[in-house]
Amino acid sequence: MKVGVFVCHCGSNIEATVDTAAVAAAAREFPGVVFATDTMYTCSEPGQDEIVNAIKEHNLGGIVVASCTPRMHEQTFRRTVERAGLNKYLFEMANIREHVSWIGKDREANTNKSVDLVRMATEKLLRNRPLYSKKFDINKRVLVIGGGVAGIQAALDCADGGLEVVMVEKTSTIGGKMAKLDKTFPTVDCSSCILGPRMVDVAQHPNITLYAYSEIEEINGYVGNFEIKVKKKATYVNWDSCTGCGICMEKCPSKKATDYFNEGIGKTTAINIPFPQAIPKKAKIDPDFCTKLTKGKCGVCAKVCPSGCIDYEMQDEFVTEKVGAIVTATGYDLFDWSVYGEYGAGRYPDVITGLQYERMLSASGPTGGHIKRPSDGKEPKNIVFIQCVGSRDKSVGRPYCTGFCCMYTAKQAILTKDHLPDSQSYVFYMDIRAVGKLYDEFTRRAMEEYDTKYIRGRVSMIYPKGEKLLVRGADTLMGSQVEVDADLVVLAVGAEASAGASELAEKLRISYDSYGFYMEGHPKLKPVETNTAGVYLAGACQGPKDIPSSVAQGSAAAAKVLGLFSKDQLESDPQVSIVDIKRCIGCGKCIQTCPFGAIKEMEFRGMVKADVIETICQGCGICTSTCPQGAIQLQHSTDNQILSEVNALCQF
Amino acid sequence: MNTSLNYAYYPGCSSTGTSIEYDMSSRAVCAALDIKLTDVPDWSCCGSTPAHTVDHSLSSALSARNLDQVASMGLDSCITPCPSCLANLKTAKHRMEDEGFRDKVNNLLDKPANTKIETKSVLQILVEDYGIENIRKKVVKPLTGLVVGAYYGCILNRPAELMQFDDREHPMAMDNIMEALGATVVPFPLKVECCGASFGIPRKDVVMRLSGKLLDTAKSIGAMALVTACPLCQMNLDMRQDQINHANGSHHKIPIFYFTQLLGLALGLTEKELGMNKLCVSPRTLLDFMVNEENIKEKAA
Repeated sequence: MKVGVFVCHCGSNIEATVDTAAVAAAAREFPGVVFATDTMYTCSEPGQDEIVNAIKEHNLGGIVVASCTPRMHEQTFRRTVERAGLNKYLFEMANIREHVSWIGKDREANTNKSVDLVRMATEKLLRNRPLYSKKFDINKRVLVIGGGVAGIQAALDCADGGLEVVMVEKTSTIGGKMAKLDKTFPTVDCSSCILGPRMVDVAQHPNITLYAYSEIEEINGYVGNFEIKVKKKATYVNWDSCTGCGICMEKCPSKKATDYFNEGIGKTTAINIPFPQAIPKKAKIDPDFCTKLTKGKCGVCAKVCPSGCIDYEMQDEFVTEKVGAIVTATGYDLFDWSVYGEYGAGRYPDVITGLQYERMLSASGPTGGHIKRPSDGKEPKNIVFIQCVGSRDKSVGRPYCTGFCCMYTAKQAILTKDHLPDSQSYVFYMDIRAVGKLYDEFTRRAMEEYDTKYIRGRVSMIYPKGEKLLVRGADTLMGSQVEVDADLVVLAVGAEASAGASELAEKLRISYDSYGFYMEGHPKLKPVETNTAGVYLAGACQGPKDIPSSVAQGSAAAAKVLGLFSKDQLESDPQVSIVDIKRCIGCGKCIQTCPFGAIKEMEFRGMVKADVIETICQGCGICTSTCPQGAIQLQHSTDNQILSEVNALCQF
Repeated sequence: MNTSLNYAYYPGCSSTGTSIEYDMSSRAVCAALDIKLTDVPDWSCCGSTPAHTVDHSLSSALSARNLDQVASMGLDSCITPCPSCLANLKTAKHRMEDEGFRDKVNNLLDKPANTKIETKSVLQILVEDYGIENIRKKVVKPLTGLVVGAYYGCILNRPAELMQFDDREHPMAMDNIMEALGATVVPFPLKVECCGASFGIPRKDVVMRLSGKLLDTAKSIGAMALVTACPLCQMNLDMRQDQINHANGSHHKIPIFYFTQLLGLALGLTEKELGMNKLCVSPRTLLDFMVNEENIKEKAA
């Protein structure tokens, strides 16, 4: 094989600390290399044309590009060599940017290391074989996990695009966090008025199947052909016949159940529909509080239900759904602020979270839209908002900015004045982060038109003083201490990854960061893709996000799914393991070690052999290193190819 | 119950003067609970506030010498009633984990100090080693009728990483002990606020303001008395109570006990053993009131 080598400057990214011309000169001496040069930007159009021309001019059979990480441009250059008529696997990349120039300043050492990497790539390339993809059919259905605003957007866009959608929601209603909000910033329009119709659309769309109060139990398969096991949790109410009339709720004698939807402001009944606009509008029993289920006594709901749908014996049920793509939209949860001893750690009833305050502001909330102190039900006069509770605070392990608290605090301050014109709001803030269309104007309005007192500084202590709460903090602009007699304190509690996010990530085989937020394929260029083909992200599961960004991502994920499904067949990656039947002794070790269940037993002329299901194999290579016979080989990374790289590196 | 609790005891300088009743009552309580204390031989000042405001290595050298004296007893830990001594001894051990700093300190000493000695407060060992339930069993004269607030001061639990005891914002150790002794404990909202500390000397007005606020708050929640675990807090609230009243125009007459004094009382020790007569704001009326309440309760029973 005649090999051509291209050493990229990447502007000054590589050239600044690597002598690329010297690397190219060294490469010219390698066995098989007939052409080597250095170029300014190999990935640019002239750079790629140079490769195409060199292949034609020098009749090259394979190409090595020494530049950035293959994650960045391997696909780019594979297409380039394909354009010149070569098989795209007759191409190798040496990463001399992330692995060399960006991490070392010694130009001579960097140049030597780059030469080594190019030599390794060349030796491997000499043993590369043309590989060809196979085509397989795909199932054009999509699973959306999570029924918040991001999931709703993704589901509706996919369904409107003609796809069949399966939506799985953990709680008994869709709507997510947005359904709990009273108003939205910066327009102060009613949250349920804009979300409600979208929720109804989900329920009524002929293409959408909704599993509420359900969770993902198991995910198998691969892009185009996933098999999902869904656990439908027992609701103790037959939803096929439940009409959502609410009589059971009126009559239920167990009225002390935790009201999760209202964030614990007030109590609900053991059998409940979370809120009047719930979708689906079906009742479910909270088994922790139902006396029939805990003590075996009661049964009132079964007596009063006009359609006879109460079933105390109901068990969890499992259903299987086949889909071709998955949109993950599992959202966020609030940080557990009780670690803040200085704010009372939950001891003071009149210190509440922003989401609790939101429920209080809502006309359909437990207080009917009246702002009341939880302790005594009185109207507060002085209300203190504290920002960055569980955001930008390394001491509680949350160094990141949640991003939307500055805005919702400003909104709540404005709404407070609307509800209680005689009230005075104070906001303790670190910085005001109002980056977005009409956002900064909005926070200015809270200050200038609604007379909210913004105090730049942290609160050091809250303690009860008579009926009031004394809030003490620093005013870092004035350089003084501030004390405010507050009637109510609202904490702008930050967001963290939703409970169970990491467990779901492992089922999806996608990666997550140290806080549990899911990792996108590329921080700039692949914002809704993951590193697992066919799995996409939408909304705050990828990182804290406000409503517009979540909705944008929901639509983006839907566009990706529609793009994927625009073809009837997908090409499989030929970089999979293949069994050499002559060598295989049928020991089955590869079957045991394969994490994807991609290898099965087969019979060949009366003998047991291993067989790889190519569409399931992910090309990890574990079987290759397990096989005692060297019979199973990962294509494009065979033992011979890896050894040739090692030899190239260790020849001196 | 572990009946063989043995500790090296570091009294600290104030125990020989301003807080002698804290020392007396600590020793008496430990004796009554069969906790054996052995004084650190030839102990000296821990450096207190003046040393570390001038020179960290000097401060640590003074503390390290005492820790080394503990090591010479063949022990690996000691206890002290005073939070300020506690902070200094613990800080010295922590700082001397750094090799460079350790060398600097050892240069100031006759011989390199043992840096492995742990220090705990008397309060901590009573709660953690002896146990509140065991204290409850030993009560012979419950503090009937006493409504008390527990005031910890700002350094007993802080910095949390160093002190490793109770909650830094909402400690409960003394509240729980007082409850076990039969007193009615009212949550004291300013339990970790600063009393003004040694500002009593250069800036008396600061102490008047800060300690004044503590007394005002104690009164507002209906506390008949406060318990403390710190000689400086106790001094500012007790000895300076008249000055505070004068400066702020208030009329407080709130007895400020060391928690060990009330603990001793409940264990049946005499007022004399506990140094009750050393308090500036006389607890006489309150002590008689408690006896009276207990009598009424017994008669009723």
